[in-house]
Amino acid sequence: MDLSSISPALVVASLMIASTPLLLAALGELVVEKAGVLNLGVEGMMITGAICGFAAAVETQSPPAGFLAAIVGGAAMAMLFAVLTQVLLSNQVATGLALTLFGLGLSSLLGQGYVGIKPPATARLDLGPLSDLPFLGRAIFSHDYMVYISLLLTLLLWWVLTRTRVGLTLRAVGENHDAAHALGLKVVATRFAAIAFGGAMAGLGGAYLSLVRVPQWTEGMTAGAGWIALAIVVFASWRAGRVLLGAYLFGGVTVMQLNLQAAGSALPVEYLSMSPYLITILVLVIMSARRSRSTAAPASLGKPFHASA
Amino acid sequence: MPVIALEKRPQPSRAWAWATPLLAVVLTLIAGGLMFAALGKDPFAAIRTIFYDPLFDPQFAGYSRPQLLVKAGPLILIATGLALGFRAGVWNIGAEGQYIIGALCGAATGLALYPIEAWWIFPLMVVAGALGGWAWAMIPAILKTRFNTNEILVSLLLVYVAENLLASMAVGTLRNPEGGGFPGSRNLGQWASSANPELIADTGMHWGVVAALIAVIFAYVLLHRHMTGFHIRLTGQAPRAARFAGVSPTRLVVLCFGISGALAGLAGIFEVTGPAGQITIDFNVGYGFTAIIVAFLGRLHPVGILLAGLLMALTYIGGELASFMLNIPAAAIQAIQGMLLFFLLAVDVLTNYRIRLGREARA
Repeated sequence: MDLSSISPALVVASLMIASTPLLLAALGELVVEKAGVLNLGVEGMMITGAICGFAAAVETQSPPAGFLAAIVGGAAMAMLFAVLTQVLLSNQVATGLALTLFGLGLSSLLGQGYVGIKPPATARLDLGPLSDLPFLGRAIFSHDYMVYISLLLTLLLWWVLTRTRVGLTLRAVGENHDAAHALGLKVVATRFAAIAFGGAMAGLGGAYLSLVRVPQWTEGMTAGAGWIALAIVVFASWRAGRVLLGAYLFGGVTVMQLNLQAAGSALPVEYLSMSPYLITILVLVIMSARRSRSTAAPASLGKPFHASA
Repeated sequence: MPVIALEKRPQPSRAWAWATPLLAVVLTLIAGGLMFAALGKDPFAAIRTIFYDPLFDPQFAGYSRPQLLVKAGPLILIATGLALGFRAGVWNIGAEGQYIIGALCGAATGLALYPIEAWWIFPLMVVAGALGGWAWAMIPAILKTRFNTNEILVSLLLVYVAENLLASMAVGTLRNPEGGGFPGSRNLGQWASSANPELIADTGMHWGVVAALIAVIFAYVLLHRHMTGFHIRLTGQAPRAARFAGVSPTRLVVLCFGISGALAGLAGIFEVTGPAGQITIDFNVGYGFTAIIVAFLGRLHPVGILLAGLLMALTYIGGELASFMLNIPAAAIQAIQGMLLFFLLAVDVLTNYRIRLGREARA
């Protein structure tokens, strides 16, 4: 194995790229779960965003149009989930699974004519002198704009969730929907908004995969990224800052195993490929074992709300 | 202001419990027809090709009809196990992984004994397959009971681990040494000691279908005539009451994961020795995920699952026929299967709630 072929600056750079889709999707799911809703359809919304974004970007030759289409596509899928779970009061776990199964089918149907095409390149953000710094310039300051948008969104969400009235409402609805309802807060409307936001972010994450990270369209290309995003929210104990940490940790694992594959590691490729999933499981176990007594999850997470009583 | 309000029924409606799956199928046919029209295909021809021709078309039925049991067998076997857990609120959604590991363990046991000719090899492989699926399901179960780790995420993530293991085995350990370097194991269907042949000619009936029927009967007896089944149903409907009644949640998690894992493993070993014939990289075709739809479509009831499994098998066969005859992409069938689950969950509101049309009461 030749480890000297691995350049540290490139590793950091590809780590940021690999982490961005996970970060976007996990931030979206964080807001959904903070509102007390468990949407297991992240994978389905992500892959729908991936194909919507890819198709729109190819047709218009404009990556921003692609990202916009992905937001719309992801949010539209999320609305299906919202109507079913909030209006028709269906089981959230089953509906989330349905969203994933339907999204995987729908996306490969929509993607029929887009296999093997190259999408238009997403512009890199010119950060002036920062991009010319030795090492840091290449590693951190020479990415496309979505990387920085995702970082800004993390900061923004932390601020909204912990420092604003909107965040307080969201958390009240998620912690105890009956009390929130008694206070006159609009439980269902708040949850609709949170679910739509979650879908939009998952869609954006999916489009980042198909337009920047890979960049091309293949069936089932999210390969469990949506599920890892769900695990990141648990890992993060439902806090925005830790979601960033989690996403970069998992992005790092992915990049390391890809680099080891390229460097000709003694471990077979298949065992390296399964490592991100195994590490996710390991982290979930450690987190749940440490939190056996007090739980950080929103108290109404996954419970149905019906205002008749 | 006229509003539509939902009023919770004191008891779920028995009539709607039967009618909702049918209503969901009808709605799926309509939505599916619209989707085919959007794809530029004749919707009536497409629906006919998927749901009617595989059974009754004189040209294709001869081939298609036996395929119904071949495809329904693993779906029913897996869904029966999953439904036990879903009833108790135990979410094993990694049946696809347990199916793969069952096939790998069973096939490895058989291949280790190649080329002995003996009657006991096939039963031994079946036992190994069930144990493999059981062991893979025990990982999320034990992590759940020991560390309270989310079983949904762990069981699902283990599917990706199992898929990578399958790829590694197909190109490495289990590769056919006489296969000229191609990935894939020896053909287990062509070795008499391991073959899982068609039991009655032109029916598609193989040992996996027999096992599925036995599983349905076993699950029915367990759920409706046995204390454990009562505990499963009680835990699903009223977890607190179940705990006060002395039901051990730990025992139920281990039991439900164990049964569903073993059944998924069985489905895997029957598939690899019969219809599939060998371990290949793309051996798994998503039965473990489709079985989730089958379980819900069958209303988590063993007899319902039997019927739902046959219907879902029909969409697989009809889908192949439609892609061959009408050039409809195979992905369209996957989308239809997902739609079916959506509609089912949506109309289920009628079972548990009464819909009231009227004016909002003044505050």
